[in-house]
Amino acid sequence: MDELLKILQTNALESRENLARMLGCSVTDIEKRIATFEKSGVIRGYQAILNEDQLDLEKVTAVIEVKVTPQREGGFDTIAERVSRFPEVRSAHLMSGTYDLLLFVEGRTLREVASFVSERLSPLEGVLSTSTHFMLKTYKRFGVLMHQDDSDERLSVSP
Amino acid sequence: MNASPSLRDFLNVTVRDIPRSGIRDFFDIVTTMKDVISLGIGEPDFDTPWHVRESAVFALERGVTHYTSNLGYLDLRQALARYAAKTFGAEYNPQTEVLVTVGVSEALDLALRALINPGDEVLYHEPCYVSYRATILFAHGVPVEVETRAENGFRLTRAMLEARTTPRTKVLMLNFPNNPTGAIMSRADLEDIAAFVRERNLIVITDEIYGELTYDGQHTSLVSLPGMRDRAILLHGFSKAWAMTGFRLGYACGPAELIEAMMKIHQYTMLCASSLSQKAALEALARPETDVTEMVDEYRRRRNFIAAALVEMGLPCHRPLGAFYAFPSIAGLGLSSRDFALKLLHEERVAVVPGTAFGVCGEGFVRCAYATSMRNIEEAMLRLKRFVARLKSGA
Repeated sequence: MDELLKILQTNALESRENLARMLGCSVTDIEKRIATFEKSGVIRGYQAILNEDQLDLEKVTAVIEVKVTPQREGGFDTIAERVSRFPEVRSAHLMSGTYDLLLFVEGRTLREVASFVSERLSPLEGVLSTSTHFMLKTYKRFGVLMHQDDSDERLSVSP
Repeated sequence: MNASPSLRDFLNVTVRDIPRSGIRDFFDIVTTMKDVISLGIGEPDFDTPWHVRESAVFALERGVTHYTSNLGYLDLRQALARYAAKTFGAEYNPQTEVLVTVGVSEALDLALRALINPGDEVLYHEPCYVSYRATILFAHGVPVEVETRAENGFRLTRAMLEARTTPRTKVLMLNFPNNPTGAIMSRADLEDIAAFVRERNLIVITDEIYGELTYDGQHTSLVSLPGMRDRAILLHGFSKAWAMTGFRLGYACGPAELIEAMMKIHQYTMLCASSLSQKAALEALARPETDVTEMVDEYRRRRNFIAAALVEMGLPCHRPLGAFYAFPSIAGLGLSSRDFALKLLHEERVAVVPGTAFGVCGEGFVRCAYATSMRNIEEAMLRLKRFVARLKSGA
């Protein structure tokens, strides 16, 4: 992967000046390249990675396996894109194996998610069956451990 | 009446007369202070790759808690021989030419003790790792330092060696990529050294612990050059490339006769390297590329950052090409290395190591390790910049 993207994926807030020093090019260069990535849609946004378990939110997340019938034109894309447009669906992936789509769905309560599944998702044309699992705790998200402290066990000066 | 004897009188004179490491003294000062950003740490800030740690846990569960063969587990030596062939470009027989040791430090000690008779001279280049001189003295050798210079990129040349060679010279010690300077040697540089070594009939101990950590091209090992494999002991280990310092695991590769001699000392003193560490090392070698490449990429970005920051603040620094150290000159600022480091520590809470910890010719330099997070490097460079500006304005 492009090195600039790699750094931004770890820390999107890295300053343009720092990026320039790290990659040995000018700040203008960096700005141009980022603008190009944004314009072409490679970079689709910037978000904070939260440890939501610490926030005591009124929120449940369900992981839903969905079996669908691919459409005559558009295959899986048509149904997957239709499902993805619901704001409750936080992410959606086409999978190999015993089911087709894997959805991460958020709601305020279990009831809310349940009604999304029964009233919105299941009745969609092409959806054959769903299997819903509720998420209990998050240990790692986007490559970041949620419960690790940053302590440095090393001696402060060593040869 | 005799005065009661001082215990000091019982000490071996060599040990008695060797000073403690300058790093140790500095460490004692730093530990008394809070909120210090340390650029003084000569070990990776990365965690040991998880698959390696997990394999050590598994080995412990399985009861891998016994002595191993003196040379080390055979499967590990086989893996090491394959790794050495690929990385350093020389073939070694895992049965007789590979010895697993407790870190490279032990391997260095064994190599010197196996080779040196009292009075034999050992050439080594300074600034260098803190233990070289002491280890030569403990082996009853005569340390002969060869000064490398910033204007030369801290590389070693044949002319420098020739000026310091005598009929008693027996061994040449090399350490590239270098701690503390970050210098490396190109193939052409090494070819000159190899020619000199052949002509003078020397044995080389080449400590290539930082061999994986080069940033503008591949490392060339001395042992890959014609004839060198048969008159060199290659030292390498897991501390730097795999961030496994606490595992204490290194190894030596060399001609069977030399390894056999080193093994005898190892057998009677250390017996074997830790069985758990050996299992962890075997796992590390199972997929070295992924672990090491990511770390090297990150070090390269930090190297670029710190080199640019030093230039911007007006501290002359040759470009560090390997290891994870920058070695800027502070000579124009009116302070000795030690005073500079102390004043920086007290006024800005940034720890760097005075160049003199690495040899007399390190005066006028400080070592800044970039084995710490970008955040720390960024903040340390801001503070250093402020400090340097104050010194320049005479405040």
